[in-house]
Amino acid sequence: MSDAADTGPVLAADGTPLKRSLARALRVQKTRALLLIAPLLVFVLISFIMPIASMLFRSVENDIVRNTLPETVPLLAEWDATSGELPGEEVYAALARDMIVAVNAKEHTKLATRLNYEQTGIASMFRKSGRQIKKWDPVADAPFKDKFIELHEGWGELETWKTIQTHSSTYTSGYFLNAIDMQKTPEGIQAQPENKQILVKLFIRTLIMSLIIMGACILLGYPVAWILANLPANKANLLMILVLLPFWTSLLVRTSAWKVMLQQQGVINDVLVWIGLVDDANRLIMINNQFGTIVAMTHILLPFMILPMYSVMQTINPSYVRAAKSLGATNWTAFWRVYFPQSVPGIGAGSILVFILAIGYYITPEIVGGTKGVFISNRIAYHISSSLNWGLAAALGTILLAAVLILYWAYDKIVGIDNVKLG
Amino acid sequence: MSLPTYATFGQRVWYYTFRFICALIFIFLITPILVVLPLSFNAEDFFTFTPEMLRLDPEGYSLKHYRDFWNNNEWQRSFKNSLIIAPIATVISVSLGTLAAIGLSQSHVPFRRAIMAILISPMIVPLIISATGMFFFYSQVGNFLEGTLGFNKNFVGYVKVVLAHAVLGIPFVIITVTATLVGFDRSLTRAAANMGADPVTTFFKVQMPLILPGVISGGLFAFITSFDEVVVVLFVGSASQKTLPWQMFTGLREQISPTILAVATILVVISIALLTTVELLRRRSERLRGIRPS
Repeated sequence: MSDAADTGPVLAADGTPLKRSLARALRVQKTRALLLIAPLLVFVLISFIMPIASMLFRSVENDIVRNTLPETVPLLAEWDATSGELPGEEVYAALARDMIVAVNAKEHTKLATRLNYEQTGIASMFRKSGRQIKKWDPVADAPFKDKFIELHEGWGELETWKTIQTHSSTYTSGYFLNAIDMQKTPEGIQAQPENKQILVKLFIRTLIMSLIIMGACILLGYPVAWILANLPANKANLLMILVLLPFWTSLLVRTSAWKVMLQQQGVINDVLVWIGLVDDANRLIMINNQFGTIVAMTHILLPFMILPMYSVMQTINPSYVRAAKSLGATNWTAFWRVYFPQSVPGIGAGSILVFILAIGYYITPEIVGGTKGVFISNRIAYHISSSLNWGLAAALGTILLAAVLILYWAYDKIVGIDNVKLG
Repeated sequence: MSLPTYATFGQRVWYYTFRFICALIFIFLITPILVVLPLSFNAEDFFTFTPEMLRLDPEGYSLKHYRDFWNNNEWQRSFKNSLIIAPIATVISVSLGTLAAIGLSQSHVPFRRAIMAILISPMIVPLIISATGMFFFYSQVGNFLEGTLGFNKNFVGYVKVVLAHAVLGIPFVIITVTATLVGFDRSLTRAAANMGADPVTTFFKVQMPLILPGVISGGLFAFITSFDEVVVVLFVGSASQKTLPWQMFTGLREQISPTILAVATILVVISIALLTTVELLRRRSERLRGIRPS
C-alpha cells in the first residue's frame, strides 16, 4: 500500500495534499485566535490608543487662528514683518469681517485665550474690541485701520501683528517649545523670560525625586526580599502578608495615612515630642515638601520593588553561596561576588517598574507634596483643569509618555512583557 | 537561615542587626495602615491620638465618624457611584479580557507580541496621561452621545467613566488569565471535541471551570483598579459621577474631616477580604492544574 504513495505528494484523509491541508488548518486556527482577540483589541484601540493618539496630535495642532480668522491669515502671510510698517487697510478690513463673524459666534474669546499664551495682554484687547466690533458693518463702516487703532492701541502695534502672523500656521511646535521653557517669537525661537522658566526645573525635579524614590525602594526592598526568599515557607508567607496588604490597600488610604502620620500635629511628631527628641515648639515639618512626597511614595511603591526581587531571589540556588564559603570566601565576598550578581535582574526589573510608576504619579504629590514636592503630572493636571492651556498639557504629556515608553521598552528587553506578574 | 552554633560573635551581631533592620522595614510598611484603624474611632475631630485614647479610656473612642459616613449624603452618593461603576467596568473587562486571553494563548497567533503590548499598555502608560487623552476624547464622545443621539446627560456620564475604567482593568485580566492558561492541558478540549461537544459547550463545561480561579482573581484586580481609581474619573467624570476615592481626594485636599479615616478603615477591611480571596483562589488554581500549592 505504501509503494504508490512514495511517488506522489503525501495526501490527507480527504485526498488533498497534506501540506495544503495543514496550511488550511493553521489558517483556521489563526483566524479563530484573532476572532477571539478582536473585540478586546478594537475596544482598547478605540477607547485607549485613539485618545492617546489624539492627545499627541493636540500638542502640535494649532488651527484656531486660521479657523477663526480665515480671511485675515492669508493676507497677513504676505505682510513683511521686518518692514517696520503696519499691515495695509485690506488686512484690517479682512480682520473686521472675520471678527464680526467670530464675535457673533462667540469664538473670539477662544482665539484671545490662545494668543494670550504667547503675548500677555492680547486677551483683554480682543475682549474689549469685541464689544464694539459687534456693532460694525463690514461695508458701511470702512475703512477700518484707524477704527481698530482707536478701539485699542494694541492694534497699531507691530508686536500684535507679528504674534498673529507667527502663530497662524495649522501646526505648531510652539507648545513643545513652551514645554521646555522656550518660546516661538516673531524673531525665532527664544528662551522664556527668567520668571516663567519652571517646566524644565519641574522635569528635572521629577526625574531626581523619582530616582531618589527608586533608590530608597532598592535599599529598603533588598533586605526584605532577601529575608522573604530565605525564610522557611510558612514564616515567609506570614511576612508576605505585610508586603501584600499595603499593595492591596487603596492608594487614597495610604496617602491619607501618611498625611495623618507626617503632619505637624501628626503621629510621628507626637511620638517624637513624647520621647523628648523634639521640642513641642519646634515640631518637624515633614509634609507639604519634598520629604513628604519621597517618604509617602517610597512606602506606596515599595511592594512593586519587593515582589520582582523576591521572585528572582527565590530562584537563586543557595548552594552557590555555600560553595563560595567552603572555598574560603568571607560572608561579604560570598554575598557580593556570588549572590548579588544573581539578584541583579530582580533589582533591574523592580527599579524600572518603580521608576515608571513614580514619574507619572499625581495623587500622592498633590496631597503631601505642597508646592515644592509636586511632579510634572501635577502641572499637566493644572493646565487641563485650571489654566485650560490644553496644547501645553498635551505637549508635556507627550514628553512624559515618550520617557515612559523608552523605559517600557527597556523593561521589555530586560524582563519581557509576558513575565509581568501580579501578587 | 538559622544561626549555626559555631557562628562567631561578629556573625551573631550581624545576624541580629540584619533581622532588626528587616523588622524596621516591615514596621515602615505596615504602620501607616495600622495607625489609621484606631484613629477612625476617635471621639474628637482630630487626626491624632487624644490623651483619652492613649489611656484606653472608652470615652475617647466612638463610632461617630462611621455614623457620619452613613448619614452624610455626599459620602453615601459617592459610595453608591463606586458600587455602580466598578462592577459594570469589571464585567466588561473580564468578559472581553478572558476571550482575548484564550485567543492569545493559542499556539499560532500572528503579531502576538504587538497585540500583547497594546492590551497591556493601559497599565504602563501613566494614569495622568491616560486621563489627559481620555479627557479630550470622552468630551467629544459625550457631546456626540448627548447632542446627536440625545441620551440623558447623567447616563452618558456613567457610560464614559465605566468605559474608561474598563480599559484600565483589562491588563490585569489579561495577565492573570494568560498565566492560568499557561498550564492548561489542551488535550482536555480536544477530548471534549472528540466526544462530540461543540466549542461553546467545551468552553463552559471544560475550560471555564479550570481557568475560573484565574478569571476571578483577574476580575478582583480589575474591580479594585476601578474602585480605587481617582485620576481618570476626576478628568472624565462630572460631579454626579463622584466616586468614593474622588470624595476622599477632595476631602484630603480641602475640608479635612476624620470621616476619611472611617472610610479608609472600611476600605482596608475590603482589601483584606479581597487579598484573602485572591490567595485562596491562587492555591485552588494551582491544585486544579496539578501544581503543589506553595
